[in-house]
Amino acid sequence: MRGGGLRLTVAVLALAALVLGMPLLKPLFAALYPALERPLYEGDSFLALTADHLALVGASSLTAVVAGIVAGILVTRPAGAEFRGVVEAVATMGQTFPPVAVLALAVPAMGFGPVPALIALTLYALLPIVENTVAGLEGVPDAVLESARGLGMRPFEILWRVELPLAAPVILAGVRTAVVINVGTAAIASTVGVKTLGLPIIIGLNGANQAYVIQGAAVVAALALVLDLGFERLTAMVSRWRRA
Amino acid sequence: MIAFEGVTKRFGPWVAVDDVSFTVEDGAFCVLIGPSGSGKSTLLKTVNRLVVPDAGSIRVDGEDIAALAPEELRRRMGYVIQSVGLFPHWTVERNIATVPALLGWPKARVRDRVTELMELLHLDPERFRNAFPHQLSGGQQQRVGVARALAAEPRILLMDEPFSALDPITRGTLQAELATIHRQTGTTIVFVTHDMDEALKLADRIAVLDHGRLVQYAAPRDILANPAGDFVRDLVGREEWGLKRLAVETAGERARPLNGSVPDGEPLPGDTPLRRALSEMVSRGTDRLAVVDGQGRPAGVLHLSDLVRP
Repeated sequence: MRGGGLRLTVAVLALAALVLGMPLLKPLFAALYPALERPLYEGDSFLALTADHLALVGASSLTAVVAGIVAGILVTRPAGAEFRGVVEAVATMGQTFPPVAVLALAVPAMGFGPVPALIALTLYALLPIVENTVAGLEGVPDAVLESARGLGMRPFEILWRVELPLAAPVILAGVRTAVVINVGTAAIASTVGVKTLGLPIIIGLNGANQAYVIQGAAVVAALALVLDLGFERLTAMVSRWRRA
Repeated sequence: MIAFEGVTKRFGPWVAVDDVSFTVEDGAFCVLIGPSGSGKSTLLKTVNRLVVPDAGSIRVDGEDIAALAPEELRRRMGYVIQSVGLFPHWTVERNIATVPALLGWPKARVRDRVTELMELLHLDPERFRNAFPHQLSGGQQQRVGVARALAAEPRILLMDEPFSALDPITRGTLQAELATIHRQTGTTIVFVTHDMDEALKLADRIAVLDHGRLVQYAAPRDILANPAGDFVRDLVGREEWGLKRLAVETAGERARPLNGSVPDGEPLPGDTPLRRALSEMVSRGTDRLAVVDGQGRPAGVLHLSDLVRP
């Protein structure tokens, strides 16, 4: 626990240092790539890019979390069981269909901007969340459910007080996977005109500026690491009773 | 009082419970017994509507339970199952407090009740109140299970093979404690088992089920004295029938009045089962034992020949 907290703190500090201190690294990139006229991406501040990136990841992940958990709950109720196949098929399709292709299809219909990116990222994040919600809820022991019913809990009370808390570590593992993948994938949204940490990467690719690519990619990687460690802490918190 | 009237339950073509009618009196300890698939568990679950019968009715204190909201009904009854089913993410205290919390009892009352129940079931409140179920032994878990079922002072306690998964020593201890709790609280208990020794030890009424039908409903000694057919006779066990019969009668009932000399040796309390008295005779090498009453006063003499009197 304490080790996890320390790792998270270190990672957050490293991310902050990288985002805020990027201009200080200009001499380093100038030395590494002497041929480049502009060795540091200065089109936007990295703080603003990180905030935009996080907003996109946050909005798409939140949509996927709500939709995925609700779908997972519905298909594990007796009344929703028949939709389970359909829901799982949609989620699998969302995952296997490349986000770039979703963007390519959505932009002509909806134009440039954040909406196609939100759709692509949400679809991409859905599968691990739905799958883990179903697995987590199905992992609740029958005896526990029978005693919950036998003691007089209503279906919603059983879901809220028993099933979801017991499934939480498994559900969180799915959310963690989805969010971490989303942090990396969100960079492609800059191909359709959304400001993200993908912007320096794409400009760098087009202009053969490796320094820009490294700068964007380093912050994306640090952000993914911070979120991963954050979810690790959260998982430890919801399953504290196991280690008592 | 629980009155079953023509209760029938089918699962597809399978008739699990077939037109069962009988009445469990207030404060009774009723054991439903039968082999696997006899419908005893299904019948038990019709009482708290975990199973809804296809035909017939169940009345609790005169009220048809089909007219009640299932959750309201269940909160008025305790329920204990073989696999215990404690909530693994809740402490012992919170598990025991499940039904009082659902009923919205004030915190202080819940806490007092939990302490009282933990003492009743011999769980040290200091040590176990904040423990999680996975930190307890199987026997301790089922003690918590029983405490949880009794928490809201139910008039009826339903138990589905609660002690079958425990080792023989723990099972024996919990059986004895349950008998004490039953005597003290006067709770009506309906208890499912497939173990006739357990049934004879605990029940004041035994309902024998076979293929969903009620074969016999009688007091333990009547089941032993007049088994309704070969099925019941087999269930009792032909080989040890005599010993089982001795197990349901007490030394006090068969002892002769004091008349002359009192035999030497430690006297037996009057409520000692005859089976235990026979064992004492064999181990002490005597055919006469002194019997005393509840206050330790001489009450009579038990002779070996008294055991075989019809």
